[in-house]
Amino acid sequence: MKKVQKILMLSALWCLLLASLGAQAVIETYAFSSPDLEARYHLLSQELRCPKCQNQNIADSNAPIARDLRVVLFEQLEAGATDDEILAFMVARYGEFVRYRPGIDRQTLLLWAAPALLLSLGAAGLIGHFRQRRVRRPEVLTDAERDQVEQLLREPRA
Amino acid sequence: MRARKFIPLFAFVLLAGLLFRGLSIDPTALPAARLGQPFPPFAQPELLSGDEITDAALTPRPALVNVWATWCYSCRVEHPYLLSLAEQGIPIYGLNYKDDSVKARDWLEQLGDPYRLNIVDVEGSVGLDLGVYGAPETYVLDADGYIVHRHVGVLDEAVFSRDFSRWFPVGATSGPIPAAGGGL
Repeated sequence: MKKVQKILMLSALWCLLLASLGAQAVIETYAFSSPDLEARYHLLSQELRCPKCQNQNIADSNAPIARDLRVVLFEQLEAGATDDEILAFMVARYGEFVRYRPGIDRQTLLLWAAPALLLSLGAAGLIGHFRQRRVRRPEVLTDAERDQVEQLLREPRA
Repeated sequence: MRARKFIPLFAFVLLAGLLFRGLSIDPTALPAARLGQPFPPFAQPELLSGDEITDAALTPRPALVNVWATWCYSCRVEHPYLLSLAEQGIPIYGLNYKDDSVKARDWLEQLGDPYRLNIVDVEGSVGLDLGVYGAPETYVLDADGYIVHRHVGVLDEAVFSRDFSRWFPVGATSGPIPAAGGGL
């Protein structure tokens, strides 16, 4: 009986292990001529966006076009292209869209400026809010009101 | 002071307008990077003849360049419409994208051939230079050979009359009607 349990346990663990494999990024083997190129490959493949499955980078995507772009990336790195040259090649074909950090131009200006813009909007709102509260706090009575208060205080209690 | 009360309402209307507009935008539609540029140079075999052809072979123009493959279901859906466009005399050049050429020839034999010629692109390298990210895609080449429009997905009459017809006014296409077998 013990033995059966052990086998069941082991097979359950094995299934878990297999299931977790599927969750990892695409696994491919490229024979890089230097570890430096390999490091740049990993950086660039995470920087480039898959045109087909738009919320994945080409490193994570299984789409055929992402695979093609990884092959191109590998070939260009081995051919000695610089990062800028590779990015320019991709942008010429798929637009600034393929970069997760697009260059600053008229179309992407708002995108880049948005964090600073929203932050300053929020800050302005907060400052306005607190300033208004400070103004409101010292409520000064008019002379007529002061007289009224004193009269009320002076009145004998019922 | 009274205007302050309406600030939340204004904010809501603004946000609602923004989100409503977002509903009608297709997030999968990418701007084509090659617009306004000539068709990228290539030298590839032609599907039926096997001869090597280059970008100079894409005449007459204006014309359509249709990216297709036998593994692409939507290509089969739009195929009858391409046949009818070809019948109207609009030149269509095919880019047989990452496909098996034997299957592609069978497809044209069985379903009809709307193409003046077909660029064989087994590796997808012409597609890559063009910025193709799936099939079907259809490009418009203007009279000077510049890429002026790209449509991603099935091409049908509604899409054609909305986005394509200004380059192909009805009755203005002077090209000869190709024989059912295709070719030039």
